[in-house]
Amino acid sequence: MLAFVCKRLLQSLLLVVIVLTVTFFLLHLAPGDPMARYFHPEIAPETIELIRERLGLDRPVVEQYFKWMGSFIRGDFGMSLQYNRPVRSLLAEAIPNTLRLTVAALILHIVLGILLGVISAVKRYSPFDRVNTVTALFVYSIPSFWLALMMIMIFSLKLGLLPSSHMQSIGAGELGGWALALDRLRHLVLPAFVLGVASAAGMARYMRGSMLDVLREDYIQTARAKGLPEGKVVLKHALKNAAIPIVTLIGLSLPFLLGGAVVTEKIFSWPGMGRLTVDAIYARDYPVVLATNFVVAVIVILGNLLADIGYALLDPRITVTGRKGGR
Amino acid sequence: MMEGNDGIGEGMAPLLEIDGLKTVFYTDEGVARAVDGVSFSINPGETIGLVGESGCGKSVTALSIMRLVPDPPGRIEGGSVLLDGRDLLAISEKEMRKVRGNEISIVFQEPLTSLNPVFTCGEQVREAIGLHQKLGRRESKEQAIEMLRLVRIPDPEKRYGNYPHQMSGGMRQRVMIAMALSCQPKLLIADEPSTALDVSVQAQIIELLLELREQLGMAVLLITHDLAVVAQMAERVVVMYAGVVVEEAPLGRLFAHPAHPYTDGLLASIPKVDAPVERLSAIPGTVPDPLRLPPGCRFSDRCPKRMDKCSVTEPGMFAVAEGHRSRCYLCEGSGP
Repeated sequence: MLAFVCKRLLQSLLLVVIVLTVTFFLLHLAPGDPMARYFHPEIAPETIELIRERLGLDRPVVEQYFKWMGSFIRGDFGMSLQYNRPVRSLLAEAIPNTLRLTVAALILHIVLGILLGVISAVKRYSPFDRVNTVTALFVYSIPSFWLALMMIMIFSLKLGLLPSSHMQSIGAGELGGWALALDRLRHLVLPAFVLGVASAAGMARYMRGSMLDVLREDYIQTARAKGLPEGKVVLKHALKNAAIPIVTLIGLSLPFLLGGAVVTEKIFSWPGMGRLTVDAIYARDYPVVLATNFVVAVIVILGNLLADIGYALLDPRITVTGRKGGR
Repeated sequence: MMEGNDGIGEGMAPLLEIDGLKTVFYTDEGVARAVDGVSFSINPGETIGLVGESGCGKSVTALSIMRLVPDPPGRIEGGSVLLDGRDLLAISEKEMRKVRGNEISIVFQEPLTSLNPVFTCGEQVREAIGLHQKLGRRESKEQAIEMLRLVRIPDPEKRYGNYPHQMSGGMRQRVMIAMALSCQPKLLIADEPSTALDVSVQAQIIELLLELREQLGMAVLLITHDLAVVAQMAERVVVMYAGVVVEEAPLGRLFAHPAHPYTDGLLASIPKVDAPVERLSAIPGTVPDPLRLPPGCRFSDRCPKRMDKCSVTEPGMFAVAEGHRSRCYLCEGSGP
């Protein structure tokens, strides 16, 4: 197991370097100029060229690449062109914020997805199943930005129940303790719901299918023939088998949750990675875009690795080298 | 319906008494009467062979006894299944769970798919013991190991922790048998227990079942289409065709004097070692579609001895001799 993880991490390292290289050159190929912000009638073009020179942006792209990669490997992510602050400190602010949102969404995604999927499968063709399946398809099909706007309209504007944006109210820092926690939780509800529910809908559909397949298996009949109560048949004998493909789905959905977070964070003015990335792309803030890309790449790879490990833990037929053992 | 049911155990109260059992499946094409009024009984310690072609309703009969018919699409619509006089079709699901795996156990046909791949074989045996005998984890584990020893799994302490994929088909069927027998059931239903296995392993499994039956004294309902297996194990044979019992007789009598033309055909299709023949005899035609049963006798369209009335009304069960009944007009009035 340990050897497998080490091998995978080494492979991943190479993958990250490739991803970053491709991103670097694509960014420089894209139209736009980081200096565009200084284009102003009162700023002399010579001054702009001076700034460009100082930032090293006048050098050939290949030379810039090696210089940037050299410092990146040493852990120096450079300075943001836009904010004039170290990229590292920008990330340090944004990552915890995104994690708060993503973890909440992930919990909704997993708990709601598995729960609804299992109930639907067990009560197949019941009114619950039909309503659930249609609703899941509907939620899965609508774009998250639209869902977000509808939620804001209903819960913030019409009902006035929940705040529509930001992580906490202005001046909430003074509150402290439980009041602050409650305020932050209220701000978390809408974005986490939008982010989590859409993916939970997909998960519920997948879980239902997987569960239905397993419930048809001979060993489920064996379990019933033993005299086990139906709850134990479903939750012990069926769920562990049905969960195997779901683990992959969770691993793969991690980056999608983060991707979805780009839109959701922007709409809810959530100061996380998504908003940082989008703003950096508009501003051609190369170091920031590259650094956020790096973080996402690492999360994708980690998600896959976790899925593989989860697979091996759930299914004794699979060894971590990826071969199917035995007969 | 119980006329002529005076087999070996006369005077003894039967262990299991099935009367007029009807199980139907509601499919998109119509209603399939998979089991259509089946009656027979099993005495304590007795082995009954339930034979017939694929699709004749043998396995559905077994699942109906256990009340494990998948619903929907299947449903038990009539009849009774008395275990020691108690109707299993009338008791609650909770009561029924205490019967399953405890008083009646079943071994399925496919040992390869009948064990859960994500739990160890030992745990799957232990689970049944812990459930019905209210034993703690340690005691039930010890007993599960004893059961694995009983079914001759070598090195049972080590094999306890093996997953199904680490065992051969024969070993897995032994695990299934250990699981089924772990609570000393009064009745073991063996649904084609050796069909999916290699011939040499088949013989071992049958041998094992014979020994365990002697040792534990349970009754066995052996479901098979293999008459050779029946000849080795059963005392009495029930022949099914298209959802109904067509003949019932003690083993020796059935082989010597089959009364129903269908049984005749079944016996004739067994290859004989001492009499080489060019071609094996086969019953012409196929089993009728349960959605479109012929009027009258269900076997009439394949029967070499068909009479006019056969395709008009279905014959009842006629007594042929003591303990021998047949659903054929040829046997009308031939009984004792």
